[in-house]
Amino acid sequence: MGRYLLSKLGQAIVTIILVMLVVFTLLRFMPTAGYFTKEQWKDMTDTEKTAYLRNMGVLEPMPVQLKNFVVNLFHGDLGRSITLYPNSPINGILAEKIPYSLLLNIISWFISAAIGLPLGVAMARSKGGLPDKLGTVYVVIIRAVPSIIIHFFIQVFFSKWFGLPMLFYMEDPISWILPTISMSIGSIAGYGVWLRRYIVDEENKEYIKFARVKGLPQKYIMWRHVFRNAIVPIAINIPSDFLMMLSGSLVIESMYSIPGTGGLLIKSIKAMDNPMVQVLVLVYGALSVFGVFLGDILVSFVDPRIKLVDSND
Amino acid sequence: MDTNKTPELDQLPQDLFTQAEFHEEQLEDTGFSNYSYWRSTIRTFFKSHTVKIIVALVALMAAYTIIYPMVTDLDPYTVSLSARDWNQPPSAEHLFGTDGVGRDIWARVWFGTRTSLLLSIAVAVFQVGLGVIIGALWGFYRKLDTVMFAIYNTLTNVPSTIYLVLIAYIMKPSIFTIIIALVATGWISEARWFRSRILALREVDYNIASICLKTPTRRIITKNVIPHLVSLIIMDAALTIPSSIGSEVFLSYIGVGLPADICTLGNLVNQGRSAFLVYPFQMICPTLILCFITVSFYIIGNKFADASDPKNHL
Repeated sequence: MGRYLLSKLGQAIVTIILVMLVVFTLLRFMPTAGYFTKEQWKDMTDTEKTAYLRNMGVLEPMPVQLKNFVVNLFHGDLGRSITLYPNSPINGILAEKIPYSLLLNIISWFISAAIGLPLGVAMARSKGGLPDKLGTVYVVIIRAVPSIIIHFFIQVFFSKWFGLPMLFYMEDPISWILPTISMSIGSIAGYGVWLRRYIVDEENKEYIKFARVKGLPQKYIMWRHVFRNAIVPIAINIPSDFLMMLSGSLVIESMYSIPGTGGLLIKSIKAMDNPMVQVLVLVYGALSVFGVFLGDILVSFVDPRIKLVDSND
Repeated sequence: MDTNKTPELDQLPQDLFTQAEFHEEQLEDTGFSNYSYWRSTIRTFFKSHTVKIIVALVALMAAYTIIYPMVTDLDPYTVSLSARDWNQPPSAEHLFGTDGVGRDIWARVWFGTRTSLLLSIAVAVFQVGLGVIIGALWGFYRKLDTVMFAIYNTLTNVPSTIYLVLIAYIMKPSIFTIIIALVATGWISEARWFRSRILALREVDYNIASICLKTPTRRIITKNVIPHLVSLIIMDAALTIPSSIGSEVFLSYIGVGLPADICTLGNLVNQGRSAFLVYPFQMICPTLILCFITVSFYIIGNKFADASDPKNHL
């Protein structure tokens, strides 16, 4: 167990370091205007600008900049936003926005699991029948039509038909309904279609046929063998799904004007807020790497084939 | 076991049987069948009526988007100065109506379809091409595993949206930027997928059997491996088209897509969106065409995947 965890942890750390290097390099191509507020950019002369940049440490060679950035990071200092929220610490901005994204996404995750997993089971059990066909139509529409179009029509028509508010208000839980529906429809389709596929694959395996021949009850086979094996590839993604919620859902948050983290990265890229972009990409990357790591651990508990008990070595 | 049904052989009349003649040259013919992988794939593919209709419509539409811009005298960029021409509902003159500055939406939709189709086909070709080549190398040389997995983890652990936006932002907005951004974020998953397909193909029972039977490697590659890979490639390319069109719409939505004055389906849908509540047809017409394209290619890709599996052949 210990060795397995260590090797996975090592992989995760290497990945985070690589992500950091790539993002750091990419950001050197961004215009230096991103280090000034609008007034500064207008008022400063070129020499002042150079002095300012030198003062910030952006003109240093890349390895030095990287070292400074990492040192600050370990002190818990993510730096300050420059153009988007002039001079506020990024820590504070994130702390303020994360709760909104987290709230809506946790609700929508439970909705999608509660609908998506039974949908997958139902589709697999009635393979070729009516529920399967209806489910397939749903999946094809959700996956083939660009999600923005679907979200837009949900916002416009559902709010009209059911008299629901078109925008998000924290105080009014009824206004949470439409954003959570929008967030869920995609993952419902995802859970449904994959679970169906895994169950069907599993049912065709020799050992299931053998279990049937032995005369084991169908229910026992379904739960004990088929479902337990079919849920594994889905379980591996659950932690990353959860962690990625922190990065929010970009389109939906901007449509319902939810003050979450979703639009933050896009906004900061458009405002050319270099320090902010850097930190955000790193945070999202780290979250997702950590999610994969947690997924590996979770799977070791769920998957009947993996036993993490130390053997005699 | 029930033995009563066994026929009494000596009761059968002898004239039902004729003795087979011995032909030296027919000895080799025992296992021969005129099975052709591609003929069976295509026959299975076109067996369903849905597929026939969809393929015919897509072909018609593709032909129309190529021919229409050559023959039409309607210019999708001409702005009308008189307010009478603005926001017209669909009519015989303007089949899909006109937009807020009097540009004909029918013309814009077909110019946009052309751009979007070219864009997504280019993305499909480059992304799948790159994926196949790198995936094949990766599957073949196990030493690449460390490097490739490091690249894979780096690229897939950051949401592709972030790379997409960063690349689209750093470079000047143009069709090539979008193609590069989409290919740069998409190739690695293709490569990984093809790697695992190729590894699985090498180990599959019928290939091991062929190797045991001393089938020349060249024959294994041309008869067993390549047909399988080609069908995977076609399926994958067909499925890349809807997702690249979707990404283009997404990039236009967040404002780092192609410049707003170029006709693409993404730009048209997003421009129509702002006018939707007052002039719904301005959004609905481009959206219908766009959804038709993405859904069709999605279905074609999936049906082709089913048809290319020899287990489903007749």
